[in-house]
Amino acid sequence: MPAYLLRRAALAALFVLLVSSLALVLVSFAPGDYATDLVGGIGADPAQVAAARAREGLDRPLVEQYATWLGRVLRFDFGRSLLYRRPVAELVRQRAANTAILALAALALATALGVPLGVLSGSGGGGRSGRALIRGASVLFLSAPPLLMVLVLVFAAARTGWFPVGGMTTAGVDAGIAGAPDWTSWMRWTSDVAWHLPVPTLALALPMAAMIERLIAQSMAETIGAPFILSARARGVPRGRLVWRHALRVALRPVAAVYGLIIGTLLGGSFMVEIVTAWPGLGRLTYDALRGRDVFLVAGCAAAGALFLALGSLVSDAAQAWLEPGASEMTR
Amino acid sequence: MTRSEIAPASLAGVVILALVTVAALAAPALAPYEAGTRFADHVHAPPTWPHVRHEGTFRAPFIYPWRLVDRLEQRYEQDRTRPVPLAWFDEGRLVRSADDSASPFLLLGADRDGRDVLGRLLRGARTSLALAFAATLGALLIGAFVGSVAGIAGRAVDDVLMRVAEFVIVLPTVYVVLVLRGALPLVLPPGVVFGLMAGIFSLAGWPFVARGVRGIISSEGAREYAVAARSLGAGRARLVLRHLLPACTGFLAVQATLLVPAFIVAEATLSYVGLGFSDPVASWGAMLREAADVTFADFPWTLAPAGAIFVVVLAFNLLVQAQPLAARGPAR
Repeated sequence: MPAYLLRRAALAALFVLLVSSLALVLVSFAPGDYATDLVGGIGADPAQVAAARAREGLDRPLVEQYATWLGRVLRFDFGRSLLYRRPVAELVRQRAANTAILALAALALATALGVPLGVLSGSGGGGRSGRALIRGASVLFLSAPPLLMVLVLVFAAARTGWFPVGGMTTAGVDAGIAGAPDWTSWMRWTSDVAWHLPVPTLALALPMAAMIERLIAQSMAETIGAPFILSARARGVPRGRLVWRHALRVALRPVAAVYGLIIGTLLGGSFMVEIVTAWPGLGRLTYDALRGRDVFLVAGCAAAGALFLALGSLVSDAAQAWLEPGASEMTR
Repeated sequence: MTRSEIAPASLAGVVILALVTVAALAAPALAPYEAGTRFADHVHAPPTWPHVRHEGTFRAPFIYPWRLVDRLEQRYEQDRTRPVPLAWFDEGRLVRSADDSASPFLLLGADRDGRDVLGRLLRGARTSLALAFAATLGALLIGAFVGSVAGIAGRAVDDVLMRVAEFVIVLPTVYVVLVLRGALPLVLPPGVVFGLMAGIFSLAGWPFVARGVRGIISSEGAREYAVAARSLGAGRARLVLRHLLPACTGFLAVQATLLVPAFIVAEATLSYVGLGFSDPVASWGAMLREAADVTFADFPWTLAPAGAIFVVVLAFNLLVQAQPLAARGPAR
C-alpha cells in the first residue's frame, strides 16, 4: 500500500506540473503580452514597452523563460503575479480557498439531495407518480447548466431582495478578520459568507444533484434485480435494509468511479458561477489572469485546479476501495 | 425502463428540435425586423402582446404601442387609446406592426439598444446552432480518426493516444476552451471567431468519442467478419472504413446528441465572458452578455436566450434519456 500511495502522489505531482506548464506555454503563445497591455495600446512608446518587458523577464526566449519558471516551481516558488504585484502562491491559495468553500457547499447539497432521491427512484420506491416527478425534475435541472441556473437565481435574488446578488462578503466585513481577529469578527465573517452562499451554491448544486440522482437511480435499478438481492430478500431481510445497506453499497460503485469527473464538473461550473456572482474564487482569478496576460498567475491557477482534480481522483479511489474491498489496488 | 415508457419523451425532444431548426432556418422571414434595427424610443421596452379585444369589441389581432414615460429610468406606459393593427405577410415578413417606426411589434421586448429581442433570438439560433453542429462534426471526425488509429495500430500508439485522451477528459472543458481561446488574438472578425471556436470545441470534445470508437474497433476487429476480411487481403484502412467504422455509427449518433448541447452551452459561456461573439453578431451567448451588462432584474425579457438554451438542451436530454445507458459512455 505505501508503494501504491507513493506512486499515486508522484503521478498527481506530474499531473499538476504538466497542466500548469501547458497553461503557461499556451498563454505565452498569444500575441501581445503583459507589457504591451500595461504600457498601453496604440501609440505606446516602444522603449517603455521594451523596458517593462525586460523588467519582468518577458523578453527572453520562451524556452529560457520556461526553464527559469520550472526551476523555481520545483522549489515551490510560483513567482510573482504581474497583475497584482503579489506572490502567485499567496493569491492562489486565498482564492482557491474561496472556491473550495463554494464547491464543498455545493457538493454536500448535491449529494444530500441526489443520493436519497436516486435511491428512492431507482429502487422502485415513492410510488409511480413520485418516481416520475423525481425523474422529470432531474431531466429539467440537467438541462439548466450552472450558467443558466445562476442567471435565473441572480434575477430572483435581485427581484425579491432576499439574498445578495454578488460577492462573498459585505464591504468592510473582510477587514474585520485581517490581522489578529477576535471571535466576534470571525463569527460576523462566517455568518456574512453564509448569507452570500445560497445563490451560487444552489446554482452549482441543483444541476449536479440531478446528475447524481440519475447516476444512482440507473445503477440502483440495475442492482436491485441482481441475484444477491433476491437471495437476501428470500432470507427475509427487511426492505429498507435491503435497499439502503445491501443494494446501495453496490450501486454506489459506479458513482464513486466518476467522482473525480464530478470534481471537474464542479470546477467548470464554479467558473461561470464565480463570474456571474462576482465570487472571488479561482475561476475569476484565472479569467483575470488570462485577460491580463499574466502568464505566471495563469500557471499558478492551473496548478491549483489540477491539484483539486488530483485530490478528487484520490478520494474517488479511496471511496471505491471502501465500497469494494479486494477489487481495488489501494488495499493490496 | 420499457420502450413504450420512453417514446413520448424522445418524440417530444425530436419535435422541439425540429421546430427550433425550422425557426432558425426561417429567421429572416419570421423575425419582424433586421437584427441591427434600432428603435431609439424603445430602449428596454417591454414585450408588446397581441390583443384581440379593444374597448369591449373584438377585432383582428393588434398591439397597444408603448409610450416612453421616463427616458432615464426607461419606463413605459401602454397607450390604450390607440390600437395598432398587425401587418401580415408584409415585405416578406410573417408579421410586423402596421406602424413600424413609431410602434414596432416587439413580442419579446427590446434590448439595451432598442433592438427586437425575438429577431435577435432567432438569428442567434442560427449562429449558436450552426457553431454547435460544426464543432460536433469536427469532434466526431477527430474522435473517429484517433479512435480508429488507436484501435488498429500497435500497443504503443494505442497507449499514447489513450493517455492523451484521458488527460483531456479529466480537465474541466470550460478551462480547456478558455486557455486555448486565451492563446489566440482577442479581437477577430466574426467569421474567424466562428471557425476558431468550432476548432477549439472540437479539440476539447474529441477524447470522449475517441475512447468509445477505439473500444468498438478493437472488439469488433477480433470478430469473425473482420478476421475474414483481413484474410481476404483487406488493408487496415479498408478494414476500418468499410467494416469497422459502420459498427460505430450508433455510438457516434449518441455522442452527437451529447456534444451539441454541450457546445451550445460552451458558446454561451465563452461569449458571456467576452471571448466569443460580441455585439453586432447575434448569438445566444453574446445576447446574454449584453443582458448582464445592465441590471437585468428590471428587464427579464432580455434573458430570453437563457430560455432558448434551456429548451434546446432539454430537447437533447429527452433524446439522450431514451438511449440505453451503455451507449452513453461516462458522465460529464
